[in-house]
Amino acid sequence: MNTPSTAVLHRTVNWKLHIAVLAVAIAFPFVFPSSFMVNFGVLALFYAFIGQSWNISGGFAGQLSFGHVAFFGVGAYASAIVQMRWGFSPWMGLPASAIAGAVVGLIIAVLSFRAGLKGSYFALITLAFAEVLRILSNSVDLTGGGLGMLIPLKRSAANFQFEERAGFYFVILVLTVLSIACAEWLRHSRFGARLAAIRENEDAAKALGIDVFTEKVKIMLLSGAMCGVGGCFFSQYFLYIDPTIVFGVDKSVEMLLVSMIGGAGTVYGPLIGSLLLAFVSDITRVLTQIQGLSLVLYGALLVIIIAYLPNGLVDLFKSKSKSKTKRIADDVAR
Amino acid sequence: MDITILAAATINGLLLGGIYTLVACGLTLIYGVLHIINFAHGSMLMLAMFGVYYLLMVFKVDPYISLFIMVPVMYGFGYVLYKGVIGRLSNSKDENILLITLGLSIFLENVALMLFKGDSRTISVSYSDIMVELGPTLVPMPKLISFGVSMLLCIGLGLLIQKTDLGKSIRAVAKERVGARLVGIDVDKIFAISYGIGLATLGAAACLLMPIFYVSPTIGHVFVLVAFTVVVLGGMGSFLGAVVGGLIVGLTESFGGLFLGESLGQIGISLIFILILLLKPSGLFGASR
Amino acid sequence: MTNPTHFSRRRLIQAGAAASAALGAPGLLLAQARTVKIGLVHPVSGGLSYSGGQSRMGAQLAIDEINAAGGIRSMGGAKLEALLGDSQSRPEVGVSEVERMQQEGVSAYVGCFASAIALAATQAAAKYNTPFLIDVGVSDLIVDRGLKNVFRLAPGFGKCVDEAIVGLDEVNKTARGIAKKVVLVHEESEFGTGTAKLLASKLPTIGVEVADVIKHANPTRDFTNVALRIKTLRPDLVIMSNYQNEYVLMARTLHQQKVDLAGMFSVLGGGFNYKLVKEQPDVAQYMMDFNHWYNPRNSKAVDMKKRVEAKGDLFTFEVYCSYNSIKLYADALQRAGTSDKEKVISALETSTWSDHFMPYGPTKFVNGQNTGGRAALLQATKTDIDVVWPNEFAAVKPVFPRPKYN
Repeated sequence: MNTPSTAVLHRTVNWKLHIAVLAVAIAFPFVFPSSFMVNFGVLALFYAFIGQSWNISGGFAGQLSFGHVAFFGVGAYASAIVQMRWGFSPWMGLPASAIAGAVVGLIIAVLSFRAGLKGSYFALITLAFAEVLRILSNSVDLTGGGLGMLIPLKRSAANFQFEERAGFYFVILVLTVLSIACAEWLRHSRFGARLAAIRENEDAAKALGIDVFTEKVKIMLLSGAMCGVGGCFFSQYFLYIDPTIVFGVDKSVEMLLVSMIGGAGTVYGPLIGSLLLAFVSDITRVLTQIQGLSLVLYGALLVIIIAYLPNGLVDLFKSKSKSKTKRIADDVAR
Repeated sequence: MDITILAAATINGLLLGGIYTLVACGLTLIYGVLHIINFAHGSMLMLAMFGVYYLLMVFKVDPYISLFIMVPVMYGFGYVLYKGVIGRLSNSKDENILLITLGLSIFLENVALMLFKGDSRTISVSYSDIMVELGPTLVPMPKLISFGVSMLLCIGLGLLIQKTDLGKSIRAVAKERVGARLVGIDVDKIFAISYGIGLATLGAAACLLMPIFYVSPTIGHVFVLVAFTVVVLGGMGSFLGAVVGGLIVGLTESFGGLFLGESLGQIGISLIFILILLLKPSGLFGASR
Repeated sequence: MTNPTHFSRRRLIQAGAAASAALGAPGLLLAQARTVKIGLVHPVSGGLSYSGGQSRMGAQLAIDEINAAGGIRSMGGAKLEALLGDSQSRPEVGVSEVERMQQEGVSAYVGCFASAIALAATQAAAKYNTPFLIDVGVSDLIVDRGLKNVFRLAPGFGKCVDEAIVGLDEVNKTARGIAKKVVLVHEESEFGTGTAKLLASKLPTIGVEVADVIKHANPTRDFTNVALRIKTLRPDLVIMSNYQNEYVLMARTLHQQKVDLAGMFSVLGGGFNYKLVKEQPDVAQYMMDFNHWYNPRNSKAVDMKKRVEAKGDLFTFEVYCSYNSIKLYADALQRAGTSDKEKVISALETSTWSDHFMPYGPTKFVNGQNTGGRAALLQATKTDIDVVWPNEFAAVKPVFPRPKYN
């Protein structure tokens, strides 16, 4: 019997691919050492990283979220608060943001899944949770309220700020590698298999004896933690956060965009998506003088990809028959 | 707290709620029948409002007269949009449609930003500032009219659904897609009609909102979350729900602002949304799934 | 035209021509005349696109004007070249644009309209010590970080608030101290919160009591409750600090609810502009704002206003703030004789440039902030906007208190 999910089929790790990509990524800042290119690399990896955090719950587990920025924001604030209000080393922001993201992920997951929310309802409630956090952060002193938080500029590695952008690049590279490793692990582990089953057909999964609730909570915890760390990185890179920047719906959409366009449920989907969107942005700027065109294209791309390549661009690299099978299975699963 | 302030806040909340109902009733119809959560609802309202704006500025058509233009135009736009884009994709998963409408909203909003720039525009018509005294408070005439039309629209739509043959077909399709097809209903056409009606209500909403509000490419954001809250609270597919939901949300916002401040008070809307989804996702009047 | 610089410019051109002739083949000199690249970082797309477009327009007007007059004489007639950047109304993109332009060899940046974008972009430019001229962007954090490359010609909001208090005090005294109580209304993010905080601490020093501070969300769909609250408090003044949409809605609501006030003020009011006057003249009438404005007694300014309006555009502050930032930079280039970053920064630090048409005196930079920069108190009529204070720039007297609604 042909298992519909393409993800579970591959039991072997494509080490060659991973090493090749890693080699390119490591070489990148040496081949293109200009600050502009390194910045480009940082942002591409950053979006790939937070996109991956969305991907492991949205793509792998099929829990579509429109409010992932909730985890991002608490991570960003946790990191800023830990250094500015409690005086810890900025590097402590990493574990702090992971914990904060995980806790919020846990809360949202437990509440939503206990209530049996799935599909679009789940997407919408995550949006509402993010909005609640945004409003709250605007009103409490701990987060600086509407004034936001400005992290003082003190460039040193000990301070999690770097003289050279390349410092940031390697930090985000490590994080991205870890996130890809996590996704790869999900592809091979039983946990990942259970998530795939839940994604394809939750009722059938339940019938198979899977504790659907617990598995979904676990993945949201992990996803939240990862996304929170993304928030920490963001605060350190840009040094200024406020409720709109870190809890605004734009970031949720970006995380979703790179994953869906690149390939939800695949290991490299978010990275591909991130690179493609960056490419679109640059091409439109170079070729046309039309302002704001790239944002228009993102919207169009999302529509086109969902309509014709529901598995994202990764579909282009797979044989036609597999995606058709997946589509049939999808219909059956509905 | 002063009783006059409470009374005024109540009246204001109800009027505000009427406006939310106006924006949400199309959304609830579209969901009720097509099971599509139209994330592009806000962007379509924005397009309609730009339509009203330019009809006034270029052709000197009063917004209320524009009702006769915008409603059919938006209906047509909705019908064509369904047949051309949405319909082809409505066999996909629920979530995919949500994503497609999200993509559509990003597309529309940014096209509008390219064409119209980010600043907002207001209009001033002869009756913009006529005030009506309602107990302890003064109410701008256009707001009262919007409330009235909103209620009438919901009643009208409710009657359409309950009493007409078209309504019967719509109810059939909403309830049981396959079965409806089996009894000979052209399901696709009903979908297109419903989507058209949904957008037509936005045409009406746009005409009524322009005199009291402003238009800008990002105005969709201002209303979309509230509209969703109303629909979820009232129950997807229920016009009575849209009315009651709208009024409750309006009152919540008004009292939230009064007691928690206009910034923190906004939390009321999101909290309602969360609570309803957690406790009774089908809403107050929606059919349990 | 009795503009004093006209004469000296002709003199300079003559001197320049003489110098180039003295240097030998004029053709050779022409071939050597370089361009100085200026990166314009503005939000030309996204939510702030109108302001971004206006800023860009102002900057380009200045560049075209300078080039038409022969470029930078001390650099052999080097022309200015604009590198157009779009921050897409987001700080991250502003940073990327800074980096991109750095690669393309810019000698300076002008930007960014929004404070949040300015904070990020100036930091990125600081690494290269590239002069960054802030056109708009009022947060004082921008100049308070000790970055040597940042220069802001226009006043920041600390200065704007201080001056607003002084102006308000004078206007109030002229009206025999009629204003004793104020309600502050502000939007929830840094602009509103910061401004309101400053106002609240300083208003008591001029004898005005702050009866309430009302914070509202972005966006706010309805201000009726706020208007009612204000009505019950019966203040003499309402001071608003918010962005365009809420500003207009609030003003309109106060007008419709016939809230009687001695005056409605704003500090750096987001919606106080020609558009408001054009679209809602009854609402705009008598409203007052402390904001960036040109000197109405300066004929060059009036001239430029006519030119801009003839093209169908509005002469908003973004236009002339950017225009003057470019000219400030050009003056520094002229005095430094080079586009070398260190030298230009030194030139800016010692700048006394005064050929702007703003109500500032000669520039004087302290830690990157032009201490001469000031805002003006403006008042709208049904058809126009006038400067009503300070007196040396005012054309008309303020209407204060404003007439009551009955």
